[in-house]
Amino acid sequence: MRTVETSNYRMPLLYAAMALALILVGVFQSWTVALAIFNLCMISAIMALGVNIQWGYAGLFNVGIMGFAALGGSAAIIVSMPPVTEAWAVGWQGLGLAALMLVITIAAAIFLRRRYSGSGRNILTAAIIIAGYFAIRHFADPATDAIEAVNPTSQGYLGGMGLPVMLSWIVGGLFAAAAAYLIGRVTLGLRSDYLAIATLGISEIILSVLKNENWLTRGVKNVTDIPRPVPDELDLQRSEWFANLAVQLDMPVSVLSSIAVRGAFAVIFIVVLVLIMILCERALNSPWGRMMRAIRDNRDSAAAMGKDITGRHLQVFVLGSAVVGIAGAMLVTLDGQFTPTTYIPLRYTFLIWVMVIVGGSGNNFGAVLGGFVIWFVWIQAEPAGLWLMRAITDTFTFGPAMQSHLVDSAPHLRMLLMGVILLTVMRFSPRGLIPEKSAAKPLR
Amino acid sequence: MEDILNASLVLANFVIIPSLAYGAQLALGALGVTLIYAVLRFANFAHGDLMAFGTMAVILVTWFFQAQGIGLGPLPTALLALPFGIIAAVLLAMGTDRFVYRFYRKKRAAPVTFVIASVGVMFVYNALTRIFIGTSDIRFEDGERFLIRARESREWMGLAEGLALRSSQALTLVVAIIVVVALFWSLQKTRTGKAMRAYSDNEDLALLSGINPGRVVLITWVIAATLATIAGTLYGLDKSFRPFNYFMLLLPIFAAAVVGGIGQPFGAIAGGFVVAFSEVSITYAYRRVLSHILPEEWMPDGLAQLLSTDYKFAVSFIILVLVLLVRPNGIFKGRVI
Repeated sequence: MRTVETSNYRMPLLYAAMALALILVGVFQSWTVALAIFNLCMISAIMALGVNIQWGYAGLFNVGIMGFAALGGSAAIIVSMPPVTEAWAVGWQGLGLAALMLVITIAAAIFLRRRYSGSGRNILTAAIIIAGYFAIRHFADPATDAIEAVNPTSQGYLGGMGLPVMLSWIVGGLFAAAAAYLIGRVTLGLRSDYLAIATLGISEIILSVLKNENWLTRGVKNVTDIPRPVPDELDLQRSEWFANLAVQLDMPVSVLSSIAVRGAFAVIFIVVLVLIMILCERALNSPWGRMMRAIRDNRDSAAAMGKDITGRHLQVFVLGSAVVGIAGAMLVTLDGQFTPTTYIPLRYTFLIWVMVIVGGSGNNFGAVLGGFVIWFVWIQAEPAGLWLMRAITDTFTFGPAMQSHLVDSAPHLRMLLMGVILLTVMRFSPRGLIPEKSAAKPLR
Repeated sequence: MEDILNASLVLANFVIIPSLAYGAQLALGALGVTLIYAVLRFANFAHGDLMAFGTMAVILVTWFFQAQGIGLGPLPTALLALPFGIIAAVLLAMGTDRFVYRFYRKKRAAPVTFVIASVGVMFVYNALTRIFIGTSDIRFEDGERFLIRARESREWMGLAEGLALRSSQALTLVVAIIVVVALFWSLQKTRTGKAMRAYSDNEDLALLSGINPGRVVLITWVIAATLATIAGTLYGLDKSFRPFNYFMLLLPIFAAAVVGGIGQPFGAIAGGFVVAFSEVSITYAYRRVLSHILPEEWMPDGLAQLLSTDYKFAVSFIILVLVLLVRPNGIFKGRVI
């Protein structure tokens, strides 16, 4: 056990080193790059906080982060894009009836399971669900076809509600929370590995729905030009006061405008991160947080104390997923577009896990630092890998085919790096960069 | 009568034979996952990428043989390269165990620690495969493509539909049967197999009776890597090789292992076929089958498809959830930690 003194200095030092690294990028590469990395660092940090709530507080192994992030991202479309009135006009009746059928099916299945307990209950339930499925398809299929036929090159979907995009961050959190509630109800009472496998599955299903239900999210045709909560670069460049400011600062207008836009995003993200951080810290240090840690460290004795293990796990699973959903919506807002094909598990699930483990699971400041450090390394490793491969191919003489193959494979070096970082940290510093504060502090 | 024959031929071509082949591939993959679970007691997230690595080695050796003009005639050259791929995968798995998992085994770490370590291993395997061979789609099947051609069999039988059997599908079934029989024989009859089962049932008791745990673990990795390479190569011959698809196979493979009862070799095989048959039969468009047996006016408008093929992962998942709800330990009672 380290002494209390060194661990008190450790956190500010590590955060200062991280800030220095970002500043160095600003000085030597460019400030726009530094701000872009910083913004994505903050989104990664929020996702890592969500995972830390599930894993660090309660020991739940969720590998469906990608699904919850994508679900949150879809909220950005549904909330902020303008509605496509024509699509609503052709589709609302069919979709409404399909939704009605869905409600009737679920109600009938629940009613059946409440009322009858004899044999054949499962078969009857299955029959109701299959009949309901065909009823839903009967109404939904013509409606979705009609919707997708409305201006297919630019629209072909229902559009959104035309509300401010920042509202979607809350809605994204709610979407993810609802999905987490459903999946948690099914799997949390069971063994821990099943949660991992089930969440891996649910995230793939969420992604396939978002990719294929064109009437909802345009699928792989992507939704672009999602409204942003900050001014547009071009508008800034055209306004007179901004041009004057650029002259005063002796900077090109285009550079200043992109710095201003990214800076505005950074300010908003800092506010969100700080808010979530305050809530997380308060939760962790409350009686609730102590109870979660007690359940994590010894569920049998916590159960013996009368704690509802499955209920608390469900609660923490929903909360953590909601935070991931918020981060997912923020990411889509920052990009200004929703592209379902860019969601891949290594980047959106397992990389977030590396962040939490490297940062220090169970410690919110650790998870945030992990999000910053790992995202920074992930981004900077790509040019570094390319440089390394170039250096190797220049020093040694290979055939031209081999040379181009090696340079092409440079982007995969960062995967190798991430694996090695994760394994090294797990082995030699399993508690991470900023370890969890132990409850049993030595007396001073 | 002829209509029913025609309909069943279509069904055989597009549902039954493909699911049998796919089921055998999944079963071989799930056997590896389940054996690691039985002996080392964790769900190995790197298994899909181990399959990809072994298959990559097979492809590289296949290319070498093809360049040298060495082949097997009608059989794919990959069969000749398979032993080399297996050796590469086994060496990789043994090295991983030595440098990653052994440390945690000595500490008797919690199963979830092993799972997270396997995520790190997954990143490394993933990178290795992509650095060596890239990310593109590779077809490496050579030799005779069809064992039975649809057109010839149609003319021979004098029916509207013919039977098609691709050689990769036949090969998959033959190889899978040989491998499974050999595996079960060695698990049941040999000393090593008995040691593995004893270790899996009760670790402490097995240690007490003088079983060498290091050897059991080593043999498990050798078998798992062998099965992974064979499954991956057969899948690649049948469809194509793309590293990302192998990563995605993880979900149906896990589903197969859990459905059958995790830690149970028989269950893994049953689970593989259950998952494969459901996946193919739910996402197949039955229009052509129905066109033979239904009268004209009864024909549905659409493709008569229950779910679009894009939702095939949903099928594995729904089966998984149903089994978890109805029979949490799987078809054959799996172990519970």
